This record gives sequence, C-alpha cells and structure tokens, in this order.
Amino acid sequence: MELTANKFKANASKALIDAQLQKALGNVEKGFIGKRQKAADALPEFDALRDNARDIKNHTLAHLDLYLEEYERKVTAAGGHVHWAETAEDARRIVLDICRKANARTVTKGKSMITEEIALNDHLSANGIEPVETDLGEYIIQLRGEHPSHIIAPAVHLNKEQVEGDFRRVHTHLAKDRDLTEPVSLLSEAREVLRQRYFAADVGITGANFLIAETGTSVIVTNEGNGDLTQTLGKVHVVVASIEKIVPTLEDTSQILRVLARSATGQDMSVYTTFSTGPKREEDPDGPDEYHVVLLDNGRSAMLGTEYQDMLRCIRCGACMNHCPVYHAVGGHAYGSVYPGPMGAVLTPSLNGIDETGQLPNASTFCGRCEAVCPMRIPLPKMMRHWREREFERNLTPAVARYGLKAWAFFAKRPKLYRMAASLGMPLLSMFGGTSRRFHSLPFAGGWTRYRDLPAPEGRTFQQAWAQREALKQETEQ
Amino acid sequence: MTSSETKSARQPRVGLFATCLVDLFRPSVGFASVKLLQDAGCEVHVPVAQTCCGQPAYNTGDRADTREIAEQVIEAFEEFDFIVAPSGSCASMLKKHYPGLFEGNAAWEERSKAFSAKCHELISFLTDVMMVRDTGAELNARITYHDSCSGLRELNISEQPRKLLGNVSGLEVQEMTDSHVCCGFGGTFCVKYSDISNAIVTKKVGNIDGSGADMLLAGDLGCLMNMAGKLKRQGSDVEVRHVAEVLAGMTSQPPIAGSGK
Repeated sequence: MELTANKFKANASKALIDAQLQKALGNVEKGFIGKRQKAADALPEFDALRDNARDIKNHTLAHLDLYLEEYERKVTAAGGHVHWAETAEDARRIVLDICRKANARTVTKGKSMITEEIALNDHLSANGIEPVETDLGEYIIQLRGEHPSHIIAPAVHLNKEQVEGDFRRVHTHLAKDRDLTEPVSLLSEAREVLRQRYFAADVGITGANFLIAETGTSVIVTNEGNGDLTQTLGKVHVVVASIEKIVPTLEDTSQILRVLARSATGQDMSVYTTFSTGPKREEDPDGPDEYHVVLLDNGRSAMLGTEYQDMLRCIRCGACMNHCPVYHAVGGHAYGSVYPGPMGAVLTPSLNGIDETGQLPNASTFCGRCEAVCPMRIPLPKMMRHWREREFERNLTPAVARYGLKAWAFFAKRPKLYRMAASLGMPLLSMFGGTSRRFHSLPFAGGWTRYRDLPAPEGRTFQQAWAQREALKQETEQ
Repeated sequence: MTSSETKSARQPRVGLFATCLVDLFRPSVGFASVKLLQDAGCEVHVPVAQTCCGQPAYNTGDRADTREIAEQVIEAFEEFDFIVAPSGSCASMLKKHYPGLFEGNAAWEERSKAFSAKCHELISFLTDVMMVRDTGAELNARITYHDSCSGLRELNISEQPRKLLGNVSGLEVQEMTDSHVCCGFGGTFCVKYSDISNAIVTKKVGNIDGSGADMLLAGDLGCLMNMAGKLKRQGSDVEVRHVAEVLAGMTSQPPIAGSGK
C-alpha cells in the first residue's frame, strides 16, 4: 500500500467526521477491552505468563542467528525449503517464482500481515496470478480494494450493510432476492463462495504466528479454519514470515500461546491452532506436496541491538490498538501504513524510516495503556519517544513546535527570569480572564481554544504568593 | 523559613515541587499541598530555583534541554528528605524518567537515582509514606474522580485519592464510566493534534456528565484544565478542582475555569 503516514493529521480529521466509521469504531472498544480483561482476570498466572513470554522472546532475540539456523536445518530435514529474503522485493520475487514453478493460476491466502507488508497481492496480480484472501475480514476488504484497518480484525472499520452491498455487487451468480440481513448469512455466503476457491487453488500462502526452531514447525492461529484449508488443499504451501517469529521450543510456543488469544480477543485459545512441519509424508492422509518458508528480514535485523529491539517481541495480538484512545478516535486507515496503532507507531518508522513516518510516534498522548496491556511488555511509549528524539536530532520536528519549545526551555532553564516573566505575565492574563475565569479565545492559543475554553490563571503565581506569605510571616515573627 | 523550625527536628523535610502549571495557573493547589503536608507532620520548603520538570522537552525528543532542566531540579531539591509534587505526571517524570536521562554518566546517574528514590506524588505520599487516613476536610458535594494516566499507570495511584476522599465528611463519590481512560490532554498533544484531542475529551466529558456528579476532581492540573475547558465550552456547570484543594478543605477560590455554565 502507498505510505501516507505523514498525512496522518489530514487522514485523522477526515476519519473524525466519517459517521459510519465512528460508529464502527465503537465496536473496537465494546468488543475487545472487556473480553481481554475478563480473560486476564480468570487466569491468576496471567501476569507471570507475560513475564515469561517477554523473557522467552528476549532470549530468542539475543541468539536469533543460532535459532534461525537451527530452524532452517529442521525445516530442511522435514523435507521443506527455507528461502531467505532480505527485502520485500526479494520476498515477492521468491514467492512469485514458487507460484510460477507450480503453474499457479490462483493462490489462496490465509491472513498474513507480512504479505501486506511486502504488498504480495499486487505483485501476484500484476504477474497474472490471482490471490484469494480466505479470512472473512480480509476477503471483504479485498473485494473493496482496501487494506486492513486492524491487524487482527482487518474489516473492523466496516458495518454489515456495507458488506452486504459488496457481496451483492460481486457474487452476481447468487439469487438476487436472497436474505443477507443477518451477519451469519454473510458468513455462510462467504464460506460457500470460498470453498470453491480452495479446491481450485494451486498454491496456499499463509503467514506464521510462530516458527519453532527445535522442530522446524510453523504455527498459525485462526478462528475460521480458513488457514488450514489454505495450507492443506493446495499442492504447495508457502509460509511467509518475518525472522522475529522464531521461538526456540514447542514448550515456549505454548507459553506464548497462553497470552496471545487472551490479549487479542479474550479467548483462552483461538479456535484453531495449527502446527505444520514439512510437506505431506507418505503416511499422511493430506497435506501439500511442497512446503516452503520465506523468511523476511526487511529491516528487522537492523533493529537488533538498538533501542527498538524490544519491538521485535511483538506477537501481533492487537491489544495495543484495542486500548488506544487515538486509535479509537480515528481508526486504522488514518495511520496510512500497514501497521496501525501504537505498535505501528514504533514499527513503521523502523521499517520505512522516520522521515516519511514522523507523524506516527508523535500522535500519542503517552497515556501508557498500550504498554499496560501488551502481553510481551513492550515499552511502546518509550520507543515512540525515542523516535521523537531521532526526529529532533535531525531537525525533522516541525518548526513551530521546535521554536515554541526552545522559547519555553529558555525560561525553564533560567529560574530568575522565569519568575520575573511569570510574576508580570500571569496577573495580567488573570485580569483579562474577567469574571468568567476563562477565555473563549486567545491569540497564540488557537490549538487549545478552538475546542475548549482556557481557564484563566488565578493571578499572582504560587512562588510569588508564597514568597510574600513567608516574608509577612517573618515580619510578624520578629 | 517556615514556622516548622520550631517543631521537632525529626520532622521529614519536604521540598515541594509545585509544577509550572500550578505555579502559573493555580497557586491554590500549591497552598493546599503545603497545608496537607504540614498537617501530615512535614516541614515544607519551596525552593525558588524551580520552574518545570522538563516534560515538554522530554516528550518532544529534546534530551539535551531535558537533561539541563533535570540537573537544575536535582540540584535545587536533592537536599530534602522527600520531594513531593501535586501531579502524577510531573512526579513520574522526576521519579521514573530522570535516571534514564543520565545513562552513561556515572556520577549524574547515581545522583539522579538517589534523587528519584525520594520523589513522590502528593496524594500517594500522604497515604503511603505519611500514613494519612483522614485529612479532616468537609465538603457537601457529589464528586467524580478522573485517574490521570501517568499517575495511574506509572505510579499506581488509584486507590489512594479515593480512600482519602471517602473520609471527607459530606462528600459522595460517584464513579464515572472509564475513569481510567485518557482525557486527551497529553501535554503538547492537545494542541498538535487538537482534532483528536477534542474527540477524546468530548468522550471524557460525556462520561463526567453521565456520572451525575456536580464536581470533577483529579490530581493533575493539565488534565483538569483540559476537562474544565471542555466542560465549560459545552455549557456544563460541573465544577472542576484539583483533589488537593478538597482534601485540604481549601475551596474558597473559584473552581478551575470558573463556576456556572
């Protein structure tokens, strides 16, 4: 997708007056927050599991090279193929080559943010291969030519009437007078249409929630079972995953699985958790003839050893955006990047550079709710602040903010001058506040007074009043 | 000097970090803080070399200015047994964020850590360190309390103000929906992203009105000014005050942004 992260402000303003979107965003708050809390409360060891999950990933990242090599050995031993892709372009080329060798005309796809990151669908389409998204949300937005607005609920910005309209527009082979008023009828229709596509597909492409080094296994978690059909019915299964998906052992995987679904949807476990190791063996009743893993770096190894390394612990549960007041206000598309919300505000600058994405780490109140719910305990606000520091160092901070800050810092660093200016300015400002004790508008404060009144100061500053009180006290004591 | 010189030498010496917003906009909160601290048995000092904790620079990515301001604050306050601020966000800046500014500078790192260990937010200092249970205040009002983000999530301040408010005679606490959700202030965020900030504070103000309370309290002046400004713009007559004013029984000043619609 086209990166429009630096149009965030304009995107956000549009989103704020989009009545349909605002209604749909209400579902994020209603749908996710309470469920996660309930699931967390029901598991006494939830916070201990979060610590464990964090430690597992920290250990893995500290030895990532060793675990990646081990993983490759195990995949190869199981009859699979590992392809290393340094860039998005490399990954696209590798996947296209595999598809071409399989003479693929259509490929089915399980839900995968990595294939969004590398813009795989556009590349396959441009080369005459039709990608078919099989996750219901992804299928809907594919029909609409949109991108996911949420990493686990890609169509959360839509309502069912919009989906009904899309299905009627595209599924023209079905009876025109069919009843699609209930959500379940939409689901059944998508399921029926997609069923045919699974059988017709030559290649199935999925992402991975985990890649297990000790066994060479890829793991996907889904609620619809679409990923399983995608990866078992095609002749070829291609896993596209980024390098930080590695975990050392099966035991580690089960530890992190216990926090993943609870943090994401409030489920104890997703409906399907599927482990895939290599292609179909002789004794297997089903499975693909070929099993490929495309391991994508795309800037991640450069994050190792930096202040952004912790971001590589992310397991893409979406809890940060589900709890973000900014995301609740503007939705995922406003971020103008593949990854929205707080995790995107940290990851996107790492992948695309801060020059084109500086708005994202700035668009946060630092309320800290994202960090408070992150199952991997990623210090998201801290890392957003680090991006602001990188911006500031390189003079990318907007001039108004920069000069305003410098003027303020000039006084903040000179207490005497600060006291003098404040003791002159505040009583004056207080006087202008009149009897209402507030300003409806004020020059240079338009950002504030456009939407709210500015409380008038009381008059003398605290330091001024305190000094006078103390002086008076000394006099009376003498 | 304060009258406390005549009191016991074993009184904890507290440096009051008033915060720039209290200093400039709401001195009442400073005096309420002094009263609460003195009533709790502290000897209170207000060093004159104080301006701001440095958060605006810190959150804009300007580490050099932040460090200079932090050094100035540490120098002015490190002589005290405790440093107390009537703000969760400024107290958290002093307590949680200062040491990180001096990474790689062993002398200052050590100094800042020793300083940070002595820093507290006002209300939690009263309850958790001075073991105050009842401030003896009275007020006939139905209040609702907003949990400001930094205090809540960085300093775990949530029960402490409610406990003290519960012992104010005549006071009734009406919890609002989502009291722990951000009000949209966010320091410079509220002017940099005023459209989004407005959407967030509009939701907050709806919850405040929905609580049926006639007074809104919180522990951070930034959030209070934001919510008060929005309440007044929307024509609400909910009064807004810093929690310290009520706990100190000092409510003779007009509320933040005035009273009435």
